[in-house]
Amino acid sequence: MSRRAVITGVGVVAPGGIGTKAYWKLLSEGRTATRNITHFDASPYRSRMAGEADFDPVREGLTPQEIRRLDRAAQFAVVAGREAMSDSGIEFDQLDPGRIGVSLGTAVGCTTSLEREFIVGSDRGKYWEVDQSYAVPHLYDYFTPSSMATELAWTVGAEGPVSVVSTGCTSGLDSVGYAAELIMEGSADVVVTGGTEAPLSPITVVCFDVIRASSTRNDDPTTACRPFDKTRDGLVLGEGCAIIVLEELEHARARGAHIYGEVAGFASRCNAYHMTGLHPEGIEMSDAINIALKQARADATDVGYINAHGSGTKQNDLHETAAFKRSLGAHAYKTPVSGFKSMIGHSLGAIGSLEIVGSLLAFEQDLIPPTANLHEQDPECDLDYTPLVAREKKVDTLLTVGSGFGGFQSAMVLKKVEGAGR
Amino acid sequence: MTRAVVTGIGIASPNGLGPTAYWRATLHGEAAIKPITRFDSANYWAKIAGEVPGFEAGRHLQGRLLPQTDHMTRLTLVGTDWALRGAGVQPNDIPDTDIAVITAATAGGYEFGQRELQKLWHQGPEYVSAYQSFAWFYAVNTGQISIRHGTRGPGAVVVSEQAGGIDSIGHARRQLRKGVQLALTGGMDSSLCPWAWVAHQASGCLSRNNNPKRAYLPFDRDASGYVAGEGGAIMVVETPESAAGRPGTRIYGEIVGYAATFDSKMPSREPGLKRAAELALRDAGMDASEIDVVFADAAGIPELDKAEAEAIKGIFGPYGVPVTAPKTMTGRLFAGGGSLDVASAILSIYWSAIPPTVNVENVVPEYELDLVLNEARHGKIKAALVLGRGKGGYNSAMVVREYR
Repeated sequence: MSRRAVITGVGVVAPGGIGTKAYWKLLSEGRTATRNITHFDASPYRSRMAGEADFDPVREGLTPQEIRRLDRAAQFAVVAGREAMSDSGIEFDQLDPGRIGVSLGTAVGCTTSLEREFIVGSDRGKYWEVDQSYAVPHLYDYFTPSSMATELAWTVGAEGPVSVVSTGCTSGLDSVGYAAELIMEGSADVVVTGGTEAPLSPITVVCFDVIRASSTRNDDPTTACRPFDKTRDGLVLGEGCAIIVLEELEHARARGAHIYGEVAGFASRCNAYHMTGLHPEGIEMSDAINIALKQARADATDVGYINAHGSGTKQNDLHETAAFKRSLGAHAYKTPVSGFKSMIGHSLGAIGSLEIVGSLLAFEQDLIPPTANLHEQDPECDLDYTPLVAREKKVDTLLTVGSGFGGFQSAMVLKKVEGAGR
Repeated sequence: MTRAVVTGIGIASPNGLGPTAYWRATLHGEAAIKPITRFDSANYWAKIAGEVPGFEAGRHLQGRLLPQTDHMTRLTLVGTDWALRGAGVQPNDIPDTDIAVITAATAGGYEFGQRELQKLWHQGPEYVSAYQSFAWFYAVNTGQISIRHGTRGPGAVVVSEQAGGIDSIGHARRQLRKGVQLALTGGMDSSLCPWAWVAHQASGCLSRNNNPKRAYLPFDRDASGYVAGEGGAIMVVETPESAAGRPGTRIYGEIVGYAATFDSKMPSREPGLKRAAELALRDAGMDASEIDVVFADAAGIPELDKAEAEAIKGIFGPYGVPVTAPKTMTGRLFAGGGSLDVASAILSIYWSAIPPTVNVENVVPEYELDLVLNEARHGKIKAALVLGRGKGGYNSAMVVREYR
């Protein structure tokens, strides 16, 4: 009997609000939470907007020690992790800790803290030989992002397989795919997974500035990210975290758990093309979609919704539109597509998990969140991108995709599970 | 169950570039921990490291790759080239979608990153390299390998500090089971720049002894921490059927068992290393008595050494199995070190010899370890257990065996 991985708990820290409820309200209402950057003085930079989370660690119950010690992204993971644990209804301390795993996605880890400490130690870049006397005791935790999975593992009491999955902007999908593999192969019964990212710091902004990937619509930050719109001019960065409790199906059924859905298929592909460029044909993303569908024993025509990468760059829009058509054929034209980055920005290694959670909530509510800011659809993008307003639709099988620097292309098929409780 | 064999090994280690040079040096106990040359260490209390000598990236890589890559990516790309050449894989031998790339990282391209941070903060945003966005992040090596060799199969990057070097190979085996023919896998870490060095010093794990012969002494009563180094191993891991498609392909050994566990924060709970080793043995379907050598994690920190010695003793009994730590010659290489240990174990089997642990003089008697000291031990090796731990609680274990 093959083992299946289902989602029984979710937790979110996102722009527009903390917690799953606030997140769903934003998505379902099609509002945007991108704004001018307030975390630091962004005036020297080309793109000065982001989807920022209004995150108060004290209000979220973190101790002063945790706040001092942990990078913001790790703080997100702890807070969203606690929400997901409680949402799952699992008594974590009653489980065999050796059967609990963690798989956490992040693209740039603790960059924000590393940069902050660099500025101090190098006296704003004056010295190549960074001064050791300014090093904070937990600097090594910022150095290697595995420290964040450690934090989440401590939060849930995991003693099974624990890892960070760091594949750039597909990390949030790939970490959940990795978690599903751990469950299916029998290495764990529960894996707490997801992605976290708090990349909003000068070096991250500049990374995207210098390659002109980010939007310059600084005067209109709330509508700056415009996937599939012909006036789009780039991505808007974001931050956030989604944590997902993934559980073996029979384990979940035995305790009568509410099941959001099943990770029925997952595949990743390298495009072997370019570290930042995408080939307009979308072959590798399409390959990933096909494999994920096959694994899920689903036909292209079963797909009721596509959660797009929708980063807001032209090359991405063309790339994924081509991939959807290549995989789904004529059915692609009948399938609603939407992109959440239009509302919450691109939180790099977290966004894939945020998109999974948003899609699961769409399952629950029979409502597909829209693509915000889509007023003038690019004629080269000729699918149904669900502009502006959420749409009621009952969906049993959906597809969510991601695409990232390094050439990573990932696809996941989520399915409703019969007899899912609650 | 799909089997996974190692057919190509690319090594960049402080004591040797390439599997032949590395193995010769390692069997002879040639230590390569030396005063740091890559930056001026005068202002840092830790002054020694394992640096990969004589590596001229420009001799191996096209000029256009140099401005867009950190040192660790260059080592990775060259290591991958060697592994593929050793395995005799030619372009188009294997469908491009049937090749996976699974690497491990501990740090990103931090030397590159420090340079760009310095430009940003000292000169201004317009001076930052267009390559910064990907040259320093943790996914860079998988992406660059895939582009260099045109591989269009699955790609992944795992981060679990030193244990990640083992986890990446475990994940590669998973990909073979899911249907790919061949995986390029392993890790290379290099973070020998001032910014990264300050972080290493802050870990609390580096030895404060700057005598290269006395700094890194795992299991010794004078253990005082470890020495950091750079390098690692990239391997070609494939199915036997795939290897058979290229007649004459040398099979170094087989990966037969793997498991990962995590240490609880609660001191009342037993550390997970022993459990990882037991699970890996179970995964291999093998008994402890079939293991001929253990490649230890060898943290060089007394509490961690004690915990590892107890785990080994718990499984094999007192002095129950030869244990070695060739990383005493190179320093700890983080994700690269986990992979290099697996490569060493595979080479041990292939060449019927256990490389020694160097510099250790006084093994703590209570550990009851049969540590292979100073001289290689020759004789048939059928199977080896590799242990790796990552800071923060990570434990991984891998069982490798001669291929029959």
